[in-house]
Amino acid sequence: MHKIPNNKAWWLVLPMFLLVAFSAIIPLMTVVNYSLQDIFDQNTAYFVGVEWYQEVLRDTRLHDSLLRQFGFSFSVLMIEIPLGIAVALMMPTRGWQASAVLILLALPLLIPWNVVGTIWQVFARGDIGLFGWTLNNLGIDYNYTSNPLDAWLTVLLMDVWHWTSLVALLCYSGLRAIPDAYYQAAKIDRASRWAVFRYIQLPRLRNVLVIGVLLRFMDSFMIYTEPFVLTGGGPGTSTTFLSQTLTQMAIGQFDIGPAAAFSLVYFLIVLLVSWLFFTTITHMDKSESGAKYDQ
Amino acid sequence: MISRRTIGLIIYLIFVLLPIYWLVNMSFKTNDEILGQLTLWPENFTFDNYITIFTDASWYMGYVNSITYVAMNLVITLLVALPAAYAFSRYKFVGDKHLFFWLLSNRMAPPAVFLLPFFQLYSSVGLFDTHLAVALAHCLFSIPLAVWILEGFMSGVPREIDETAYIDGYSFGHFFIKIFIPMIRSGIGVTAFFSFMFSWVELLLARTLTSVDAKPISAIMTRTVGAAGIDWGVLAAAGVLTILPGILVIWFVRNHVAKGFALGRV
Repeated sequence: MHKIPNNKAWWLVLPMFLLVAFSAIIPLMTVVNYSLQDIFDQNTAYFVGVEWYQEVLRDTRLHDSLLRQFGFSFSVLMIEIPLGIAVALMMPTRGWQASAVLILLALPLLIPWNVVGTIWQVFARGDIGLFGWTLNNLGIDYNYTSNPLDAWLTVLLMDVWHWTSLVALLCYSGLRAIPDAYYQAAKIDRASRWAVFRYIQLPRLRNVLVIGVLLRFMDSFMIYTEPFVLTGGGPGTSTTFLSQTLTQMAIGQFDIGPAAAFSLVYFLIVLLVSWLFFTTITHMDKSESGAKYDQ
Repeated sequence: MISRRTIGLIIYLIFVLLPIYWLVNMSFKTNDEILGQLTLWPENFTFDNYITIFTDASWYMGYVNSITYVAMNLVITLLVALPAAYAFSRYKFVGDKHLFFWLLSNRMAPPAVFLLPFFQLYSSVGLFDTHLAVALAHCLFSIPLAVWILEGFMSGVPREIDETAYIDGYSFGHFFIKIFIPMIRSGIGVTAFFSFMFSWVELLLARTLTSVDAKPISAIMTRTVGAAGIDWGVLAAAGVLTILPGILVIWFVRNHVAKGFALGRV
């Protein structure tokens, strides 16, 4: 749409800007402040420059949880994106079945995150949970409270359960926007099911998939509540992800300086990865087809 | 004839529903039955767990608190996001692209990181342990999303409509409320759904910014872990009750939600 240049539009944006700035800029500045000082109590603080940054860059505990975090986010994307597309393709397109499936799929998204943790805590237990009990009775030695691998897989399964619906609903709305004429043309050409998916559906899903990948990356990278309730980060450190390590440092041990320094590094990593992904995709979009997507 | 797609979908839906069923199932059992043996269906069907919650003010006030700050968040978000989204969809102004990216970047800030500064900020302005504090903190995440969704819906309304209204002598405020807002009803519904969803499911900030008066239900749930072990039945019942408002809200927007998930841009 053609937009009119008009700087008075700032008046419309101003209330929102002030409100968000209040909750965004002041806390961010506070974190920056912490990361540059050594604070003993309210009145005693020493400026230490980049010392905390140097310290956290050498801290192996943080490196470990950062690596675990990348591994987890990567696994989440690898499972949830294809599965979400598959579910979206299987969904009915009209009638009451469509509404019913939509509501059922959206259910996990509307459950408070700590309740999600509770649900899986109960569901996966070997003594009172259906999932753990069934596995144990099938002869599989499964115990998420003592076996690190089981715990990691349970957290992953919980995240797939919780968030695949979001990808599926995004893709579903993308699929609904494809005009029928495309499918009719494909039918006349006797295109195979796979060809329809590869050359019609997948390209048209691009925009929603970009949003889906970005949201899933950002949110899985910040995951805190669900694993905290389910496993408490254990056994050992197998499911201690980055947010939890930082919270332990800041609130548990009062190592505010290093925690703040690494928080900023953390924020920058999320920003950088999202920005890289977004620019690459939009760049590909431009170079691939000048006119085709030009709407 | 049932096709392969339907079977696949049914398997996935069972995977989605089974953990929830297990929670509902548990909420109707007594603790003895839960810990005694594994039963697929409550044998001694009981409402006791729910009665415990509905007769104890410290329990049900948690729901009232949660709903209060969610509603406040919803109202504030819509009030400030509607004009802002209109500006983004209609006008070019100095710094508009940067402002939009800055807004979205707030969505990327890990909440766990900002707990302490948030706590200090809201304590220093005297808002600690009020519903308003939680609502304002949640705005940081719900406003960017709301502006994004609303902007998409608003761009779908041709600007000729604005111009016709001005020629007919409508003032901006009059036009916006009488003509424009009714035209993007479904967009507002979807935005409300997303704001609700975010604010309702979030626990970390809500728990940090409250202590007694505005404590959310999800924080009260941790109470069930007592000296005598965990009261599984009540925990399950409280969990089930947190799912119900979500079902209610999605029921209202079920016809628009497919478009909403495309963030109005399809």
